[in-house]
Amino acid sequence: MMLVKRLLALWHARNLEFVRDRASLSWNLAFPLLLIFGFAFAFGNGQPDQYKVGVIVPDAEGLKSASAFDTFVAIKHIEFVDYQQQALANSKLAKHQLDLVIRSDNDSYWLNSQSAKGYLLEKILLASVTKPVQQLEVAGDAIRYVDWVLPGILGMNMMFSGLFGIGYVIVRYRKNGVLKRLKATPLSSLEFISAQILSRMLIQLLTSVFIVSCSIFLLDLSMNGSYLTLLAVMFCGSMSLISVGLMVASRSNSEEFAGGVLNLVTWPMMFLSGVWFSLDSAHPYLQTAAQFLPLTHLVEGMREVMLDGADINQVLPHLLALVAMTTLCIGISAKRFSWGES
Amino acid sequence: MTKVILSARGLTKHYGDVKAVNGLDLEIFEGECFGLLGPNGAGKSTTIEMLEQVITPDSGDILFNNQPIDGSFSQLIGIQFQDTSLQDFLTVKDTLALFRALYIKPQSMDKLIEQCGLEDLLDRDNRKLSGGQRQRLLLALALINDPKLVFLDEPTTGLDPQARRNFWQLIEHQKELGKTILLTTHYMDEAQILCDRIAVVDKGVVIALGPPQLLLKQHLPGMMISLPQRAINQVDSFSFKVEAVGQEAIITTTEVDLVVRELLHHQVDITGLMIKAPTLEDLFLKLTGHNLRE
Repeated sequence: MMLVKRLLALWHARNLEFVRDRASLSWNLAFPLLLIFGFAFAFGNGQPDQYKVGVIVPDAEGLKSASAFDTFVAIKHIEFVDYQQQALANSKLAKHQLDLVIRSDNDSYWLNSQSAKGYLLEKILLASVTKPVQQLEVAGDAIRYVDWVLPGILGMNMMFSGLFGIGYVIVRYRKNGVLKRLKATPLSSLEFISAQILSRMLIQLLTSVFIVSCSIFLLDLSMNGSYLTLLAVMFCGSMSLISVGLMVASRSNSEEFAGGVLNLVTWPMMFLSGVWFSLDSAHPYLQTAAQFLPLTHLVEGMREVMLDGADINQVLPHLLALVAMTTLCIGISAKRFSWGES
Repeated sequence: MTKVILSARGLTKHYGDVKAVNGLDLEIFEGECFGLLGPNGAGKSTTIEMLEQVITPDSGDILFNNQPIDGSFSQLIGIQFQDTSLQDFLTVKDTLALFRALYIKPQSMDKLIEQCGLEDLLDRDNRKLSGGQRQRLLLALALINDPKLVFLDEPTTGLDPQARRNFWQLIEHQKELGKTILLTTHYMDEAQILCDRIAVVDKGVVIALGPPQLLLKQHLPGMMISLPQRAINQVDSFSFKVEAVGQEAIITTTEVDLVVRELLHHQVDITGLMIKAPTLEDLFLKLTGHNLRE
């Protein structure tokens, strides 16, 4: 009972601090919105110009030798991305994230008849094939870049808020003695850590709900899945990013050192987690490495819900990955946590 | 017989090769105000933080009410640290409410506010408190659980004379309420006014212990006469001992009239002569060979 009372008191105090820190509050709300509006304005008409063709390689051995597409795949200025699953490539073609899909083992290609770039690529393809090929069609509206990038920006905002909002604040508390003062009370480290997590989670979820609502109402962004599933992904993602922040801040009392480590963690995440651009064509090692970053699962999970209408079962692997990362980071934080100067 | 509320035996704490506290023994009696005096680096903050259970001693025992310290200790004591920040953006009232929620049996809010004179500050942001107001809030936090034993680590350092005197009144009031207070301070006048007993700590050990007046009587009986060193330079010898401290010549004696008569006999210019009762500052200088604030 005391545990809950103490936890709630600290949670409430932390919320007050955040809400009264006007500069930080407005920045947390305004920054992601400014980015989203900026992208809506800059890329409102679609993706930056680039031809992208999906290549189906079911046996992972690449294109069959002496395929009908041999000349086509040698053409410059077209990006060819390998896919193992036909369904995934077709879904991207439907959303105009790919302009064409080719499959050499049965000499077929898929085209989205609503895509202008697909139309042009088909002309090039047909002029370059060495034997007859079969045309199949996929239909679907284009996804604007702003629709695609919104979950990335949301995730990035949660990452900065979780890592810096928790990590930096705890290191400052440790340095200026706030933690030492709290340690002299009956408060336990578990109660302290839990209050920090819950307070920051509430703030992150409310901020994200605000940003999603503004984006959907003002920019008519697409939302194909359930809000509850989206909330579940956000919940797990928020928890995992906060726990990374806690882990970084578990011992240090130097704001400069913690700031350096936080930058070291946030910048690679921002580029490897597919916030700004898809990692489909990145080196496989990089794609594997990205799977160990919580932001990757958060952003992919949110995209699957918002763009593909994925349900809770379909995003379950992401949720499990996020929960596993959270458990690991909190375990390390609890073991390493220090109230005073180390 | 007076009951011992807190005792320490053979407390030791090393930081690398530096022995901050070196086998220190102490006994604090219930209801007294006990002063821990010493220069910077003497080991008083390390000692008080070991007694508070904030840092762990390398060796030695600490007993509370003659029992080893257990989990209930933090519910029964109050602490005012030397350097503590408070959460930004919280008001005095928010801060009191937060800390009250951390204890099983907190004091009533009204009582705390009245005891520490916080009536006019309740809605003020922690960051906008003056030094004296901040110390009053920190004292209120130390008293929030109505503790039996209160640790005050240099509570008036950096305050102006008026704020210090106001703070002393608050501590006097806590003494009247029967609280046991363990105080560390740089200020000798503070220790002389507030403390029933003092321990002088130097190089991690207690070098003198007892009521301030008794210690002064033991170590510095009589009065201190001081006059400029140059005034006595031409005299070869006196029948009493003269100590040179900086530009001053100091004579400690129980027979002031005889000393003055002898000075006049030697035709010493007594224009700059001063007679004063020894203070704890003088005692400290005598015991340790250096000033408290060195």
